Amino acid sequence: MGNKQTIFTDEQLDAYQDCTFFTRKEILRLHGRYHELAPHLVPMDYTNDPDVKLPSALIVNMPELKENPFRSRIVESFSEDGEGNLSFNDFVDMFSVLSEMAPRELKAIYAFKIYDFNTDNFICKEDLEKTLNRLTREELTPEEVNLVCEKAIEEADLDGDSKLSFADFENMISRAPDFLSTFHIRI
Amino acid sequence: MDTVDSVFYPGPSNNPLLDQLPSYQSLLYRRKSSGAGGTKRRGSSRTRLNSRTRVSSSSSWKWKGDRVEERPTTLSLERTVRELPKCMEQKRRNNVERMEQARDLSAWKQWGQSARHSLKRLKEDCGQALSWLELWRQDIHVIEGMFGTGILSYFSFLRFLVLLNFVIFLLMFGFVMLPIIITNRASGNATFNPKHEGECTIYPSTSRRGLVVFHHYITDLLSGTGFLEETYLFYGYYKVETIDFPSFRYNLPLAYVLITIAYLFLSLIWIVKRSATGFKRKLVQDQDRFQSFCNKIFAGWDFCITNEMAARLKKSSLLYELKTDLEEERSRQKVAGRTVREKCRIYVLRLVLNLFVVAVLAACFYSIYRATIFSQEAQMYPPRNFILQLIYEYLPSMVITLANFITPLLFSFIIQFEDYSPAFEIRFTLMRCVFMRLASIGVLLFSLWSQITSCGSSNCLCGYNHKLYPCWESRVGQEMYKLMIFDFIIIGAVTIFVEFPRKLFVTYCDCGLAKWWGQQEFAIPQNVLEIVYGQTICWIGAFYCPLLPAISTIKYFIVFYIKKMTLVKNCRPATRPFRASSSNFFFLVVLLIGLALACVPVIVSIAQINSSHACGPFMNYNTSWEVVPQAVSQLPGGLNTFLKAISSEAFAVTFFVVTGLAMFYVIALAGAHKRVVNQLREQLAMEGRDKRFLIQKLYQAQKTPVRSTQNLEEPGGVFLVQPPAVSATHV
Repeated sequence: MGNKQTIFTDEQLDAYQDCTFFTRKEILRLHGRYHELAPHLVPMDYTNDPDVKLPSALIVNMPELKENPFRSRIVESFSEDGEGNLSFNDFVDMFSVLSEMAPRELKAIYAFKIYDFNTDNFICKEDLEKTLNRLTREELTPEEVNLVCEKAIEEADLDGDSKLSFADFENMISRAPDFLSTFHIRI
Repeated sequence: MDTVDSVFYPGPSNNPLLDQLPSYQSLLYRRKSSGAGGTKRRGSSRTRLNSRTRVSSSSSWKWKGDRVEERPTTLSLERTVRELPKCMEQKRRNNVERMEQARDLSAWKQWGQSARHSLKRLKEDCGQALSWLELWRQDIHVIEGMFGTGILSYFSFLRFLVLLNFVIFLLMFGFVMLPIIITNRASGNATFNPKHEGECTIYPSTSRRGLVVFHHYITDLLSGTGFLEETYLFYGYYKVETIDFPSFRYNLPLAYVLITIAYLFLSLIWIVKRSATGFKRKLVQDQDRFQSFCNKIFAGWDFCITNEMAARLKKSSLLYELKTDLEEERSRQKVAGRTVREKCRIYVLRLVLNLFVVAVLAACFYSIYRATIFSQEAQMYPPRNFILQLIYEYLPSMVITLANFITPLLFSFIIQFEDYSPAFEIRFTLMRCVFMRLASIGVLLFSLWSQITSCGSSNCLCGYNHKLYPCWESRVGQEMYKLMIFDFIIIGAVTIFVEFPRKLFVTYCDCGLAKWWGQQEFAIPQNVLEIVYGQTICWIGAFYCPLLPAISTIKYFIVFYIKKMTLVKNCRPATRPFRASSSNFFFLVVLLIGLALACVPVIVSIAQINSSHACGPFMNYNTSWEVVPQAVSQLPGGLNTFLKAISSEAFAVTFFVVTGLAMFYVIALAGAHKRVVNQLREQLAMEGRDKRFLIQKLYQAQKTPVRSTQNLEEPGGVFLVQPPAVSATHV
């Protein structure tokens, strides 16, 4: 398009455009954001795919994630080592899934991973309690927390094992009208 | 049962059976941990499902690994690469694979694919270019970050109304005003042959002569009389029958009527189109088992919030919502436990309170009626003092605004005694307020018409009271103009004189009163009602005052900035948050009610009431609608009969019957789908229980000591005594 940028090759940008929900301009902008998190670590030239990972502590302090109670879980779910260290690919992937254009099914998969604190492929009562406490600044009494978690599991659990598998979760999300508009970060 | 259930609990010896289930394939974690005992308490070692490292693994696992990988790709062929839940490298590889597969296709299919690809790219680039043109993009982004998606929906609704009004103005301008402007400059010849004679056609000029005091100009500007009355602003100026251009004749009255119908229709289609997505989502919601708790926990946090203050408030509001839900649960149990005596008492109380509400509404409507009549009579003999004159002119507007200020407070006070559930309380109060606001315009118009069509004791000579209202459409237009100006003044005045001082008072004064009053909350429902009220006035008034949509556009444009300023400076987010999903739907439903209400006066006045003979484009017709049948009769024969056939009763009845059948069919289809969904849900639950049962049985069978040879003969490697070397799921 006449943009004399030297950060990515054209094939790389094409591949990014195919694999994410961003346009070329947005990918370049994302690279700028990634770079300014750690200017000395992140190279400006990505044409030869450098293997650079930023630690989780830098990413969770981004203004878009700073106030999110699940920021550490979000970053962990998109990182390859489970610790929250994101390469640029993971970084772009994260914001792509959280963008407006990602479909509900894709978002539901990652939402499940985020809310599954102990990563056992089930959202059990402890996971729910942790979620609830992060959401309400721990101001509910323990009985209320217990009651809310029980009611939530009662509402969504289909197969009767008193915890939510991915099928239960996806079914519940498909009936949650707010999910698409709230599970969305603008960058 | 407990020991068997432990198969589901995470432990150091995680049952590998679970990991091999196909349903877990979609939950590929991006684990790169190699070697035994990774960072989590996973006993077995995993290696990355990567073709590069495959070489070292055993051949059987490689085969299994490939087969396992294959299944997701065949399932996901319908989905584009970007929708796969895999990490970037895998998506890239998928992309490359697909492109290589595509190369094997025939040349025609290849061309088709590449055409689709470049079309998609083009659409994305165009979309990005167009988004730069979007009005107020940056402002709305800032608001979203600070206050969340509920208030965002209000501002995008406001933006929608600005655009709608601008388009309506362009329609009116292009088809009604532009031809007249062109005739004044250029080629056309505006003709008009008055058919009626006599006193019906007398239209005394209202422009002031002689020495005019300055404040008369202000009065004229604010009430549309005097120098404004005979301008493009009002209906009375369009005294043209046809315009003869060199090549064709332009029938202005026909254009006027058709454009009125067109803009009402356009508004309807645009609103319905906008509400379609929200409506679909509302249908999906299963009302019987609505999951309020799950919604709040999993979809409650707005990920867009970037402001610390807003985050804290969001947490408080979620807390409040959860407590309210628990409260609602308790009240539901209480209602279920009500005795018959209590029920009787509640119903009697509700009946009495509803009668009281009806009485209040009747009183308000009556006062609007009297105020309008008083104002009309006062305009015949205006007082000397111009401030008093202005007050008399604006009396209906003031009474309407006062009524709309008091009644919501009254309604929200009354509903506490009616003992409904909290959600229903909000909705019911809102419905009452909507009705009050929109019906007050109707009452104003009704009282105007009763004045216009009453000629004392005798029958009206010209079909309307020509002595008092030689050009009654302009008068109605003036009333609508006054309503709109007053509405705008009130919005500005309330912001400047109530909200700013309140903020200063609450911030700097440390007394108990300040704490009790508290900071202003941006109450979305009331604000939405305000702008829907303004839009209804615009729709009704555009027929009588063609420039009203332009005034409305400018008004909403300024209101956006006023509201944004008051939001940022004076308000804190509401403790009772307004749901984003249902709010869009709610706004558009209220707007549709306003549109429906606006159609009624317009249709009645076009079709029923005699148009005035002294001014306007319909001087030579009895009613405004007459111009259409006359124009149709001048069309060529075939088209003429066709249009006559469409408007005949036979066609109308057939059309309604067919539409009724179609609706019945669609409703039956929806019911059938709902039943199927319920059945499938039960089936899903049953399958889940089956799965649990089978896995428990397997686990039991595993645990019982058997001869080792039996285990190794099992096919597929399902039964394993030791954990496997690699696991297929955790990548």
